[in-house]
Amino acid sequence: MEVYFDNAATTQVPPEVRAIVDQVMDMDYGNPSSLHAKGAIASKYVNDARETIARTLKCEPKEILFTSGGTESNNMALIGGAYANERRGKHIITTRIEHASVYNPLLYLEKQGFEITFLPVDQNGVVDLDALRQALRPDTILVSVMMVNNEIGTVEPIEEIGAIIKRFNHEILFHVDAIQAYGKLKISVNRSKIDLLSVSGHKIHGPKGVGFLYIRDKVKISPLIYGGGQQRDLRSGTENVPGIAGLAKAAQLMYDDYSTKNNALKKVKEAFLEQVTRLEGVFSHSGEAPHIVSISFQGIARAETLLHALEAKGVYCSSGSACSSNHPAISGTLKAIGLEEEFLHATLRFSFSVYSTLEEVDYAVRVIAEEYPKLRGFVKR
Amino acid sequence: MEFKSFLIKYAEIGTKGKNRYVFEDILCSNIRHVLRPIDGRFSVRKEYGRIFVDCHEEYDYDELVEALQRVFGIVGICPVLVVPDQPWDSLSKVIVDFVDECYEDKNFTFKSHCRRINKNYPMHSNDVNMECGAVLLTAFPELRVDVHHPDVMIHIELREQIYIYSVTIPGPGGLPVGTNGTAMLLLSGGIDSPVAGYMISKRGVHLEAVYFDAPPHTSLQAKQKVIDLAKQVAKYSGAITLHIVHFTEIQEEIYHRCPEDEITIIMRRYMMRIAQKLAAMDHCQALITGESIGQVASQTIYSLQVTNAVCTYPVFRPCIGMDKQEIVSVAEKIKTYETSILPYEDCCTVFVAKHPVTKPKLEDIEQSETLLADVIDAMVDRAIETREVMKVR
Repeated sequence: MEVYFDNAATTQVPPEVRAIVDQVMDMDYGNPSSLHAKGAIASKYVNDARETIARTLKCEPKEILFTSGGTESNNMALIGGAYANERRGKHIITTRIEHASVYNPLLYLEKQGFEITFLPVDQNGVVDLDALRQALRPDTILVSVMMVNNEIGTVEPIEEIGAIIKRFNHEILFHVDAIQAYGKLKISVNRSKIDLLSVSGHKIHGPKGVGFLYIRDKVKISPLIYGGGQQRDLRSGTENVPGIAGLAKAAQLMYDDYSTKNNALKKVKEAFLEQVTRLEGVFSHSGEAPHIVSISFQGIARAETLLHALEAKGVYCSSGSACSSNHPAISGTLKAIGLEEEFLHATLRFSFSVYSTLEEVDYAVRVIAEEYPKLRGFVKR
Repeated sequence: MEFKSFLIKYAEIGTKGKNRYVFEDILCSNIRHVLRPIDGRFSVRKEYGRIFVDCHEEYDYDELVEALQRVFGIVGICPVLVVPDQPWDSLSKVIVDFVDECYEDKNFTFKSHCRRINKNYPMHSNDVNMECGAVLLTAFPELRVDVHHPDVMIHIELREQIYIYSVTIPGPGGLPVGTNGTAMLLLSGGIDSPVAGYMISKRGVHLEAVYFDAPPHTSLQAKQKVIDLAKQVAKYSGAITLHIVHFTEIQEEIYHRCPEDEITIIMRRYMMRIAQKLAAMDHCQALITGESIGQVASQTIYSLQVTNAVCTYPVFRPCIGMDKQEIVSVAEKIKTYETSILPYEDCCTVFVAKHPVTKPKLEDIEQSETLLADVIDAMVDRAIETREVMKVR
């Protein structure tokens, strides 16, 4: 049996999405900028995609900018947002548990003369709102907070954060990295007073290499990519029409019949948590997100070993997050929430999708119950 | 100048007496092998102690030279102009054009070096040299002759056809792979063992390799990394038969039963034993490791003695006297370094003691190994039986 519980890393693409990608590649392959009918058809895919996505965020279609994915969206929001507003100030606020695609653009900006404040989080990974209030300054131009943490699944109080920022100064841009949240939570950009919001296609059963950035009307950001002037001069380059069509289809599937799917997803998560923490030596420190759990295994020297043991039985998961585990640095989030030293290297992330089943949960827990005790012996003596 | 032929120089083969033709034939076949994946149509021919590569279609000069520089046994690669036998009057014009096309800036010293293999050519080689100097000096007044230390040596070889060349690109040296038997390389994902394989292969030795895989303690990426390293070494050595041995069971048993500070050394002894069994099965004549004295605890001279005690085959350790930086330099040259430093561990840190023995005694280690006596032979047999074998090229 193959059980893919690594849906926070990437997701499978269902037939409906594949079909529309194929349709665009096979038949409707025109360039949206072309004047002939082939171009018009391609252009319609892009416009329809904007409308579909706008409905899911309760925003205007023109506020959606297509990108190559979450990383580009975050780069564009932060670097583009900072450069377009640097005359108002050079102070940016973020948290200690952001993804590398937020963290590294901010380090770049720091080198360019911007000042970055990193907010602490509590043991559940929730941003300290008092610290936020104290960090806000007259020269603050941008606040960036993720909606769902990719490593432990904490849901940040985005609505309260938006309110605090805008009450202090409505000109401060509020960027939300929603890459792990979109499709799993209902998001209202207006109610949460969000100016910029990043989304990736392949986390929601769409194709890789496509995503979008929501940019509130009238909010100014500078482009990162120059060229033929596509997408209102903000992001030149021929639109990735098959990717965009697939992304929109995937987004629509996520929000069609949302509550039924979301309840099923939560049920899978709860069942897994309930069963796995019954095992001796197993602890959870998972947040409220419906699809991510973070589990520590006492007495494991290296989580990767357990990961490979599970893999050998067809159960796929992640150590920390796939993005940070490529380099040996310890997970930033796990450290920030104050996880004990012995668990930093002994933590696995399991993440579910609407396609996950309770049978898969049973099987995965059974495999864990078999493999974990075998490896528990191999500690550094 | 667009060269249509390359003269291949080789050194040591010339000294191999009656076996010389064997070495030459193998070198020719190895050259053909590296040229196969390259764009263009080439042929390789042997003629009076020379090997020529002829190009019959458009080709990429740099790509061709890079490929030839990976063939052990080649000491020099000379792009050569080949023209039909002809009298000096016309030949002198060919030489003037050759120099004009090859050297835009004529401000250099030169010497002409003629070899007259075709004894029917009407001029003697000394006369050719003198005439050559004269026509070149007339044609290009900035040129100067220096018979002792010329910047450029213009070679003119009078054979059935006439060969003109002035540049020798260094080759890798060594002996053609396949002229010196086969050895089994203990290959890990580290920096040293690919270098060791390269160095022994350079002496004409065909390679096989063995990698000890320990899932789940090691990952698929670690295994892929070793395969990629073997691929890179194979660019020089030719195809490598890679044995992937599943070592988990043995490693875990050693961990459970043997003293902690001896785990690594015992593990290495079993790796050597298995490598030697594979070597015997595949008719190899020796083992190769990347060990270097004192680099880590298992490579102190005492540890090497204890490890070596299980071997009856000669164990070649070409890195033995090299410093890490020297090994890294070779790894960079043969382009294995970038792959070697990828962070996938090929031996779980769990199996490395905090304070391993640095001066193990053979009797102690043999004593500790008796703790495994009831199971280990079966495990070794199983590891060999269940190995994965692949041809890496």
